[in-house]
Amino acid sequence: MQNFFRRLGIVALSLSLTTGVFAPAFADSQLLNVSYDPTRELYKDFNAAFAKHWKAESGEDVTIRQSHGGSGAQARSVIDGLEADVVTLALESDINAIQKTGKIKEDWRSRLPNNSSPYTSTIVFLVRKGNPKGIHNWGDLVKGDVQIVTPNPKTSGGARWNYLAAWAWANEEFKGDQDKIKAYIADLYKRAPVLDTGARGSTVTFAQRQIGDVLLAWENEAYLAGEEFGKDAFDIVVPPISILAEPPVAVVDATVDAKGTRKVAEAYLQYLYSDEGQNIAAKHFYRPSKRDVVEPDLLKALPDIKLVTIDDPIFGGWKKAQPEHFGDGGIFDQIYKPGK
Amino acid sequence: MSENRRISFRNPADESFTTKLLLVAVSLVFLAFFLFLPLVSVFFEAFREGWVTYEEALLEPDAWAAIQLTLLVAAIAVPLNLIFGLAASWAIAKFEFKGKAFLITLIDLPFSISPVISGLVYVLLFGSGSLLGPFLKSYGIEILFAVPGIVLATVFVTFPFVARELIPLMQDQGTGDEEAALSLGASGWQTFWYVTLPNIKWGLLYGVLLCNARAMGEFGAVSVVSGRIRGLTNTMPLHVEILYNEYNMVAAFAVASLLALLALVTLALKTFLELRFGAGAAGGRH
Repeated sequence: MQNFFRRLGIVALSLSLTTGVFAPAFADSQLLNVSYDPTRELYKDFNAAFAKHWKAESGEDVTIRQSHGGSGAQARSVIDGLEADVVTLALESDINAIQKTGKIKEDWRSRLPNNSSPYTSTIVFLVRKGNPKGIHNWGDLVKGDVQIVTPNPKTSGGARWNYLAAWAWANEEFKGDQDKIKAYIADLYKRAPVLDTGARGSTVTFAQRQIGDVLLAWENEAYLAGEEFGKDAFDIVVPPISILAEPPVAVVDATVDAKGTRKVAEAYLQYLYSDEGQNIAAKHFYRPSKRDVVEPDLLKALPDIKLVTIDDPIFGGWKKAQPEHFGDGGIFDQIYKPGK
Repeated sequence: MSENRRISFRNPADESFTTKLLLVAVSLVFLAFFLFLPLVSVFFEAFREGWVTYEEALLEPDAWAAIQLTLLVAAIAVPLNLIFGLAASWAIAKFEFKGKAFLITLIDLPFSISPVISGLVYVLLFGSGSLLGPFLKSYGIEILFAVPGIVLATVFVTFPFVARELIPLMQDQGTGDEEAALSLGASGWQTFWYVTLPNIKWGLLYGVLLCNARAMGEFGAVSVVSGRIRGLTNTMPLHVEILYNEYNMVAAFAVASLLALLALVTLALKTFLELRFGAGAAGGRH
């Protein structure tokens, strides 16, 4: 019996030895960029470019760690103590939530150009190859038997932008007639066979499970899906009017001051506005804030269209739009009845 | 036993051929669909692009870090819960004391609450908004969004496995053997080592294996406390989700297959030990 336990002990010991022998590699400085889901590919490229740039500029090595998740959940983690040097999130309100705890100073939005949004994005349509349902504008989404795929605006940030983009078109089309706009939005969501909880879930529903005729998606997600699932499978349709999303970035003052990484963290965010940073953003189908420094070939995929911002009077900013449209009993709750 | 058999009306195993066939068929089909097929498809997807891609996916630095972290967490959590489980079941099965029922309820707690809540408990305990978090931080101790937090959450979630396996077994065995040993002059330690432990070894092993499987596979609780920093606080289950969300199906399934493989190895180890140390082992000493 002792024999048996001795053997067990040896197994356990060797297991712990094999796993215990790893030590993290230490570079001169380390940054943690806490970001949201769709920016994985963008920052993978950008981090490599910045590390090279920083080495050339200061002679220091810098390692950048990434953390991705839902934008709101990521903000929550930073509030709870995740030691982000920089946050690059989907919504201004998520960074504001961190700012309220004092970890980010109040003036964060004015520290970098363009309200601290180095790149922007918009909502476009991903359709099946050849666009068999002839979808070119928001009005085409409610014609015939078209089925749309979009995540649930109650749970997904991206889905709210989809909804608002549709609203912006309808507002222009129906000249601000609230009843007609609501009827259009209601019709739109009746055509959604499933409402996934997040943007990536919807992409998989549309691209892999082959459900629906059109996916309302972030521009960058639409192109990425096209690349991942085969260019022959889908076409991207950019509608003449859509919404302008400005994902903001900020240095987390509390962390960089404690860690002594302020200089490199600030340089990191500023580099997003550099020629190289802007080109990398465009390469990943984010709309660069300085179009003139970006290679024209990259801009072809991102045509100039009318983009309505959340601060437009029809929405009145997130503080007003969030409860009005997406709060409990808000407009979305009034018009959307599951299973209808 | 023989008394019982005489008064039973018929042999319980004496069912009609159709019934037997049906039962066997149902369980086989069930196993095939719910266990075998998914397992095969995981390995099929993982190797779809060949061995080289598979190897690359596992040796990719972030994936490799996730594998090491998962093994490290299991290597800490399992021994801790082994000690705790032994102590708790020993106390519960062999002694009478006040609050015993309460202790049993406490042990069951991780089973009954959602893993997400288990994670959130630690966020509340050690987060920036708590009393403990900033205090520990001032001494440079990081719990949340670091390895200690992941270990804590894993220990919490896997904490009933060993104890739950041992308590019924030890209660069943009663205290007779131990009393005999003590009355023959054995010390407490000797009694434990030579009498109690041999009696429970298979239950203990089974509990440890279950505990280990869960420790390596835990997703919910760990995802709350991990912070998902790639290469630092990402465990294998979290990494599988990340890869899947990046449309990197082959790599996702490669890591998933390794996770499945670790579980299979655990099972194989158990079977091997059983074969090696006696056939009567599986069911304790009944």
